Parts: sequence; C-alpha cells; structure tokens
Amino acid sequence: MKKRLLPFLLSVAALLVAWGCDKKAQPAPEPGAASITPPAPENIALTGAGATFPYPLYSKWMSQYHALHPTVQINYQSIGSGGGIRQIMARTVDFGASDSPMTADEIQKAPAKLHHIPTTLGAVAVTYNLVGLTSPLKIAPDVLADIYLGKIAKWNDKRIQKENAGAKLPASDISVVYRSDGSGTTAVFTDYLVKVSAEFKEKVGQGKSVKWPTGLGAKGNEGVTGQVKTTPSTIGYVELAYAAQNKLPVAQLKNKSGQFIEPSIAAVSAAAAGVELPESLAASITDAEGEKAYPISSFTYLLVYADLHDQKKGPALAEFLWWAVHDGQKECEALNYAPLPAPVVAKVEVRLKELKVGDKAALAGL
Amino acid sequence: MDTLHSRLGPLRRSGRHGGDALFKGLTAAFAVLIIALLADMAFEMARTSRLSLAHFGWQFIRSTNWDPVRDQFGALPFIYGTVVSSLLALVLAVPISLGASIWLSEFAPGWLKTPIAFLIELLAAVPSVVYGLWGIFVLCPLLRNVVEPLLGKMFGSLPLFQGARQGFGMLAGGIILAIMITPTITSVSREVMKAVPNVLREGSFALGATRAEVVRMAVLPFARSGLVGAVILGLGRALGETMAITMVIGNRSEISASLFSPSYTMASVIANEFTEATGDLYLAALAEIGLLLFAVTVALNIVARLLVWRVARSPV
Repeated sequence: MKKRLLPFLLSVAALLVAWGCDKKAQPAPEPGAASITPPAPENIALTGAGATFPYPLYSKWMSQYHALHPTVQINYQSIGSGGGIRQIMARTVDFGASDSPMTADEIQKAPAKLHHIPTTLGAVAVTYNLVGLTSPLKIAPDVLADIYLGKIAKWNDKRIQKENAGAKLPASDISVVYRSDGSGTTAVFTDYLVKVSAEFKEKVGQGKSVKWPTGLGAKGNEGVTGQVKTTPSTIGYVELAYAAQNKLPVAQLKNKSGQFIEPSIAAVSAAAAGVELPESLAASITDAEGEKAYPISSFTYLLVYADLHDQKKGPALAEFLWWAVHDGQKECEALNYAPLPAPVVAKVEVRLKELKVGDKAALAGL
Repeated sequence: MDTLHSRLGPLRRSGRHGGDALFKGLTAAFAVLIIALLADMAFEMARTSRLSLAHFGWQFIRSTNWDPVRDQFGALPFIYGTVVSSLLALVLAVPISLGASIWLSEFAPGWLKTPIAFLIELLAAVPSVVYGLWGIFVLCPLLRNVVEPLLGKMFGSLPLFQGARQGFGMLAGGIILAIMITPTITSVSREVMKAVPNVLREGSFALGATRAEVVRMAVLPFARSGLVGAVILGLGRALGETMAITMVIGNRSEISASLFSPSYTMASVIANEFTEATGDLYLAALAEIGLLLFAVTVALNIVARLLVWRVARSPV
C-alpha cells in the first residue's frame, strides 16, 4: 500500500500545481485583447440587494441600462427585503431594496441618512378556489379580516352572501392559506387588515411574519397557489403579478369609496395617486382614497444614502435611478407592475436632485 | 494482515518515512478541519443567539407562543414537529427499507439486483423541492380525499386521526420524509448485508435452514450494528430536511395530537423566516432554533450510538 501511496500523492500534488498554473495563466491574454479595441473608459460596477418582489423588473432594468451604458454594470441580488435593509446599513452594497419602508428603529440605527426612492408599485390579490362560482367573488374589508381571524368559518356565511347576491356559495368550511415565509406580500396584506379591522390589529398585528389565528402556511407565492389550486374551498393571497401570470381567480375588494375593484395595474396606480407622499417618500397606500383605487397596493423602494460618497459610483447610481423612474417605467406593465403616477415621479425627481457625493450634487451631469 | 505486514517490513526498515509522515499529517489536518468547522458553527450560533438566550432563558423551549410581531418567541412547537415528523418517517420507512434491502441482497435474481439498486439510489438524488411540489399536487390531495377519510373511519376513535382533513399536515410531512429517507436506508442496509460472509449463509443452509431462517438467524444478527447505522443516517436526513417538508406540513406553530393537523419543524421556521427577519431579538431567536436543532441532532445521534454499541456487544 505504501509503495503506491507516494506516487499517488505526488500526482495529486502535480495536478494541483498544474491547475494553479492554469488559473494564473488565464488572465494573461487579456492585455493583448484590450490593445486591439480602443481603450475603454473605466468600468463602474454597482451592487444592490434586497426585495424579491421587484426582482424581475429590476433585472430587466439593469440589463437594459447596461446595454445603453456599457460601462455601468449593475448587480442585484434578491435576498429579501430584510437582507436588503441589513446590507445597506452595513454598507456592503451600493443600494438596498425593500417592499416595506424601514422602521423608525432601523432608520435611527443606520450609520447615515438613507432615502427611500419609490421605483414601482405592486399589489396583493386575494385568490380562491370555489367550484361552481361563475362571477368573481366580492369581499368587504371587515369580512376579509374576519375570515383571516377565523371568525367567519363557512363560505355561505350571511356576511359573504350579502355582497355576492345571486352567487351560489357552498356550505363548506373556509380553508385559509397564508404565506409561511417572511415576505413583503404578508407585510402589505396585514398592513391593510390592521387598517380595516381593530380586532385584527389587536390580535395579530402587522408584519412580514405574523401569528395567524387560523389556517395553513404555504411557502412562497407558488406554495400558496399550489395549495389553493388543489384544495376546494380555500382562500389565499398572492402578489398581483403572480396571480396575473398564472391566471388565478381573484376577488374584487371593496375600497374606501365603497366600490368593488378588481386588482389591475390601473387600479394600483390609482391607489398611489390618491395618497399624498410625505417628505420621506415612504408611505403606505393600502386602503387608499379614490373611486378606482385597489385597496391592497404598495410601493416598493430602493434605499440609497443621501450622501453617495463614492466619486465614480455615486453619480452613476443617481443617473440609473433617474433613468429608472423615467424611461424604466415603460417596462412595468409588461411585467405586471404598475408604473409610478406623474405626481410621484415629480417628487422623486426633487429627491434625486438632492442626492450628494461629498458636497456636490450627484446628478450634476444632467 | 500477516502477509501485508511482512511485505511492509523491509520498507519500514529502509527508513522511507517521509511520505508516510506527510500522509498522516495531511489526513490529520482534514480530520481537525471538520471538527473545527463543527465547533465554529456551534460557537457562531451560540454567539448569534446570545440575546435570545439571555432574554428568554428556559422559557424559550417551554413556550408555544411564536409571535414575531410582539417579539415573543417560544420554540416548543418546532421541537415537537421536528421530532415527531422524523420519528413518523422512521416508523414508515424502516420496515419498507429493510424489506427491500433483504430482498435485494438475499432473494432478487442477479440480473435484477443492479438495476433496482441503481433506481433506488436515483431516488436519493431527486432534489427535495421536487418532492415538495409532488407533495402539494399529488400527495396532499390524495391524503385529503382518500387516506385521511379512510383512517378517520377506521381509527377515528384515536386522537391521532381526528380533526379537519386538509391533506397538509404532520401526516403529509412524515410521509414525504419517509419517501426521502427510504433510498438512504435501503442502499446502506443492502451494502451491510452484502458484506455478511457467505460462509455464514452456506453453513446455515447446510444445517437445513430455510431461506427465511438464514436471513433471520445468520444475516440480520451479523449485520445488526450496520443496520442501526443505516437507520441513523436516515434519521439524520429526516431531522435536517427543510424544503420538502416545509411545502407540505402546513407551517403552523401549534402542538396537536392529531396527525391530520398542521405542524412546523425547526429547519422550516429558519428557512421561512430568516431572510426577512430584521429585529435583533428575532434573529437571535432564529439562531437559537438553529442551536437547538444542533442539540437535538447530537442528542438523537448519541442515543443511536449507544444503541449500536449495546447491540454490537450483545451476543449474536
């Protein structure tokens, strides 16, 4: 055994050495290649991390922006809003992304002033599985809250039937499905429920993960959809974009004006238009005013420092943000996101012009 | 051994120790690296969970209340869910795996052994998210429509089989885990039984034993400790499994006697909530769950090791 061992080890070592040389040898051709093409201006790499919900839109934006500005390479990792907030606070990324605004506690702990830049809008759709129901289900806010509190347990409950006159509702138990993974979707959904039900606010509260009084938890939009699709008499909530892509049945919700509104891109933009944005640009737009407003809508934000700090990256990031809230908005609808309404864009413009690199405006080039 | 020793003798005397020492050092370094990794992980988890350890103390493993909104964290339902779902998986998987491996090593015709063993090992390579999706779309509807009503009708008087039949729940979780650990237990047991010396089988046949008696009296006793090892490997996989069981267990932090009720496991709650957990106490509580999972795994492994040790020492 020993006789064979040494040659074996030697050959392993030789392989390792060869591999190491190979790796070192690889970058060698690059200088030669670069000398053929004209000397390129310096490349700028921006990195960001955060929310998963706007990821399809952001990745489209970033590849388009790279095509327009080949020197700017933007990298985005959809690790979740919580991770996005943590990473921007630790300054390990150039920008963060979150579906829900930072809490007062987080803002206070941040090493420097952070701005919320609204980039697009999304909504949470209520989906269901009711055999034999032909018209879309109509739900009033207090009824939705009581279903998720477990107080309304049967589909043929008087309070559900009141809004759905003429529809044939089964006498079966309502089986409630919620998102088990911490998510912006749950945060927006519970943000709406605490606004419309004092009891929900007191018993459950608002958050990315909450203690649901009833129902089953499913992981991700796909998990909720799977559970709703395969189980009769279920109700669940998913992102609007996901519901639209999968052609799920969605309920019409009664908004503040008493109208039953189906979730749609126009109805989400209408909700945003009905809310006056505060100085921070971070606002909840659930249960918004407006005849056509869909009540469970929300902004999603990019988080950037007021002082972008880096002489090269700072202006590049500010220019990308400017592009995103203007030209970038054209990409929204195709991916089932709602574009920002004009008054919001106007406010974001003001904020972007305020971004600084040291004591100079980051957008000086525009 | 003797011949090997005599062959190595001259080498050893000639003083070529360099390669040997290098090899010894290298392997020792790898072994230390593994232990260091494990120690570092335990240390990191303990460090991250400091806040929660200090804040909740023993209450953490006694409380059943998990409410992130109010910063109240109790891990008992997750511990219960992990232990019960893994044991349920063992109850379902061990007889099937042992049966399959006995057939494969003792009864199957030679030309069938390899393809079947290959297929079983293929099962172990299926990604767990695929098992999870199969669970959502096939297993859970089947449980809700057929299996659970049947169990309710036959054993409805037992608290194990009462309550709403929703498909998703402890039973679905246990079955998914059982399916996932069956290939592991089967292929390890088959290898262990293959290693039983043929002399034993031939001797028993010579004494007039039937095939079943050979298995019972010669093969199984000889393979005992290896078989327990196979079961431990399966248990380890069941305890740590995350994705598939998260998709079917229902994710409710409650303790219920019924197998039809939704439950929650330690690995699942970490996977579900870690990415979006922002509060310091919340993160610490999730890290403490990780630490607990570590402790539960170590405890169950120690119990299993003791079992092997006792089995191995008892007379055949």
